[in-house]
Amino acid sequence: MTDAPALDIRDLDVAYSVRGKDRQVLRGVTLQVARGEAYGLVGESGCGKSTAAMAVMRYLPANGRVRGGSIEVAGANVMELGRRDLRRWRASDVGMVYQNPGTALNPSIRVGRQVAEVFTVQGVGSGEARERALEALKLVQIADPASVLQRYPHQLSGGMQQRVIIAMALAKDPALLILDEPTTGLDATVEAEVLDLVAGLQSSLHTSVLFISHNLGVISKMCARVGVLYAGRLVEEGPVEEVLHDPRHPYTVGLLRCVPRGGVRKDHGRLDTIPGFLPNLGDDLPGCVFADRCALAQDRCHTEPPTAHAIGEQHVSLCHFHETAQTLPRLEAADLELTPVDRSAPPLLAFDELGKVFRQHGNDIHALVGVSASVWPGETLGLVGESGSGKTTLARTLLGILEPTSGAMLLEGKKLGGRMTRRSREEVRALQIVFQNPDSALNRRHTVRRILRRSLRKLARLSGKAADARMTELMTSVRLSERYVSARPSQLSGGLKQRLAIARSFAGEPRLVVCDEPTSALDVSVQAAILNLLVELQAKEGVSYIFISHDLGVVRYVSDRIAVLYLGRLMELGPAEVVFDGPHHPYTEALLSAVPTIDGGGRDRIRLEGDIPSAAKPPTGCVFHTRCPRRLGDVCDTTEPPLVEIADGHLMRCHIPLDQLRTLQASPR
Amino acid sequence: MSAVAAAQGVRSQARRETLWRLLRSPTFLVGTLIVGFWIFCAFYGSKLAPYDPLVQYDNDITVPPGSTSVDDRHVHFLFGTDQLGRDVLSRVLTGATDTLRIAPAATLVGIVGGTVLGLLMGYFRGWLDDVLGRAIDAFLALPLLIVAITALTGLGHSNRTLVLVIGFAFSLTVSRTVRAAVLAERDLDYIQAAQLRGERAPYILFVEILPNIMGPIIVEATVRLGYAIFTVAALTFLGFGVQPPSPDWSLQVADNFTLLVQGDFAWTVLPPALAIASLVVGVNLIADGLQETLDR
Repeated sequence: MTDAPALDIRDLDVAYSVRGKDRQVLRGVTLQVARGEAYGLVGESGCGKSTAAMAVMRYLPANGRVRGGSIEVAGANVMELGRRDLRRWRASDVGMVYQNPGTALNPSIRVGRQVAEVFTVQGVGSGEARERALEALKLVQIADPASVLQRYPHQLSGGMQQRVIIAMALAKDPALLILDEPTTGLDATVEAEVLDLVAGLQSSLHTSVLFISHNLGVISKMCARVGVLYAGRLVEEGPVEEVLHDPRHPYTVGLLRCVPRGGVRKDHGRLDTIPGFLPNLGDDLPGCVFADRCALAQDRCHTEPPTAHAIGEQHVSLCHFHETAQTLPRLEAADLELTPVDRSAPPLLAFDELGKVFRQHGNDIHALVGVSASVWPGETLGLVGESGSGKTTLARTLLGILEPTSGAMLLEGKKLGGRMTRRSREEVRALQIVFQNPDSALNRRHTVRRILRRSLRKLARLSGKAADARMTELMTSVRLSERYVSARPSQLSGGLKQRLAIARSFAGEPRLVVCDEPTSALDVSVQAAILNLLVELQAKEGVSYIFISHDLGVVRYVSDRIAVLYLGRLMELGPAEVVFDGPHHPYTEALLSAVPTIDGGGRDRIRLEGDIPSAAKPPTGCVFHTRCPRRLGDVCDTTEPPLVEIADGHLMRCHIPLDQLRTLQASPR
Repeated sequence: MSAVAAAQGVRSQARRETLWRLLRSPTFLVGTLIVGFWIFCAFYGSKLAPYDPLVQYDNDITVPPGSTSVDDRHVHFLFGTDQLGRDVLSRVLTGATDTLRIAPAATLVGIVGGTVLGLLMGYFRGWLDDVLGRAIDAFLALPLLIVAITALTGLGHSNRTLVLVIGFAFSLTVSRTVRAAVLAERDLDYIQAAQLRGERAPYILFVEILPNIMGPIIVEATVRLGYAIFTVAALTFLGFGVQPPSPDWSLQVADNFTLLVQGDFAWTVLPPALAIASLVVGVNLIADGLQETLDR
């Protein structure tokens, strides 16, 4: 063992060859991860995070090439390893955890064999390997590890799968552990558990970690130092606290401002955005890589690459004007006049005791149980809950994609048909949706013009010149430049695609638009722009939203009221600030404390254990009692609490009296 | 307006790039050359052929390649003659016409029928998919040649029946490929978006889904074309396909293969057999080239 750092990357230059031309992806990245340190690499998609990880593992795709620089892991030069040494080195010295645990495990091999393989490739006998596999699973705190070994990956939940992968990665006691967005595909509550686990193991085992994430909150929780990557260059690096609270590069400053946090709401003001786009892969950038999007950029920034300026002991910024970086002008749209929601008027959409039962293998799955709520004109109702809580089922039932098993829906007091085929054209037109993933929501063979004109024709009955005029109007209102009318979705960036999808859903002047995680497939800077747009459209058109998101900061920003769902039941419903500030339902409390925030700390940690129970066999009494950190006693196991109005417009389903809840949640645990 | 033109430019550029990649694929190029040659022969074979493929030189029965006619010293049989004294070279050059008329037509029938069937099954699922799916499985379990012979015997020999029979059998195979592609598409949100603006099934099937599954359909079409040529050849050889006096390659093989038993008369059978093989190989090379390019 030498004293060399766990990872030492110097001047790494990686290029992908695309159609015979080299396109530079990493532009001289230099970073060190000390032994036992957790280093976070943060940046938006396309900035080269994963390429850096792949280069370290020597896993670059066939058209990728390291053109210059060096990579050393624990003193060993990775670039010089021969084929057999590389295999041995990967088997014993580095561990990697990927974003999607479902695809990282072989679906046809039992978990036990896959974990044991880590040891057998190192020459351990099969009997001993099995024992050590069991030990490895115990280390990652899997309940009943012996039985997990006997199961196939698909029999485990996402969180369990990720634990197994972490167990495999740690089992060889690697000199370096690379985690590439390890919790991005997981629910917030599961994410919190996995992050707790990794943080605990990292400090007890002194593993050196390279943690890749787009989420500043996660990085702030997990890492001691952070590097901010932009267009293949490390633009800022330093201790997490310093970089996040005293950023010295305009990009970091902009990135931090984009995230809705600290309880901001749409009526407080608009979100900041970063103008422009990431430069194209392989663009020639003679000066500062961020110059084209930087409001502080001067002539010098476009021609002269900035050198590293030391700010603190370890804090480095690659900006000519790092001292003034924080004076980056706020780029936000003009303030809006949001008309307050008038709840004395009749609601736009009301649903009463809505129930949905799916039949699966002879079992009844109760996806929705007696959900009642109303949405008023111009209001946003936020829907939160873990996956499997019934958010999407509720949204799709309201839209008429699914037919409710029981209950009624009323649009402006008139009963709505269950399926959309039984709704009038006006009713179909009144309710529209913005999907999570614009790639899937837009027909990739249709042009922008075709997509918009067809919606105008079907929903607004417009054709010819009138349709053209309205199309231009729609495109202007979502700020989609008119030059894209003949483009197809593949020629648009993620943000532009989502703008197009929003324009499409507004084609028929809907009364209510369901936004099903509309920004979770987008980068934070793009997310801010899309949220601004949605709020703007609401102010202009008086449209109502049902906004589904797992990102509580985002939900808080856009929502007037919040509904919390668990196992298809409404657990809490109330004005956004009341639901967030408390006293809140123990489930809401758990959801809130699961979110890793940039500001860190502050909130008491309460953790949910285990996974959401099966909706085929929901627990007796209060459905949440099996995981509730504040369970009162037997009453929770036997009697389902009613949904009662505890304050004006604030409904909650819990046995704990309000005062007690208030003191419980106020006192630190 | 120049920006609009620019966007269109980008689009046609993408199309040009696909074409360019295709033209750089050696598999595709070689296949195109072979198939192109035979298509040319199908149209202009009679002009290329040195002699009339149907004329029988009664005094030059089964003469070996390179012989000169006994009756006319200006007539040279480069590939020899068959057992009726017909010039083999001329017959090979003109023998593509019927196959290249029937096989593409049958493929077209199969692709169109299979696409419609696959779209319906994949989109509606449910009992329609179950019933049709099982029926197709049952039908495809029967050997194609037996089914085709039975049908041709029942319906009578003609090129049109041949096209319909092969086309029908192919549409069942094609429908499975199309159905699988539709299943992947129907789960995408754009289908729901279309339903949410009140589109009817035919629009969703043919305007929304179909353009997105053209890639696999085109590849399937070329693969099917290869099989169609083969099937036509086999049926013709058995006497149920193309009928005499056409100089069709398979008929030549059928007419002369008994000679092989009697001794060394390979030149009567080998050239038409190789012609069939080269055409099938050529079509398959095109299919491989397309698959490589379109799958990326």
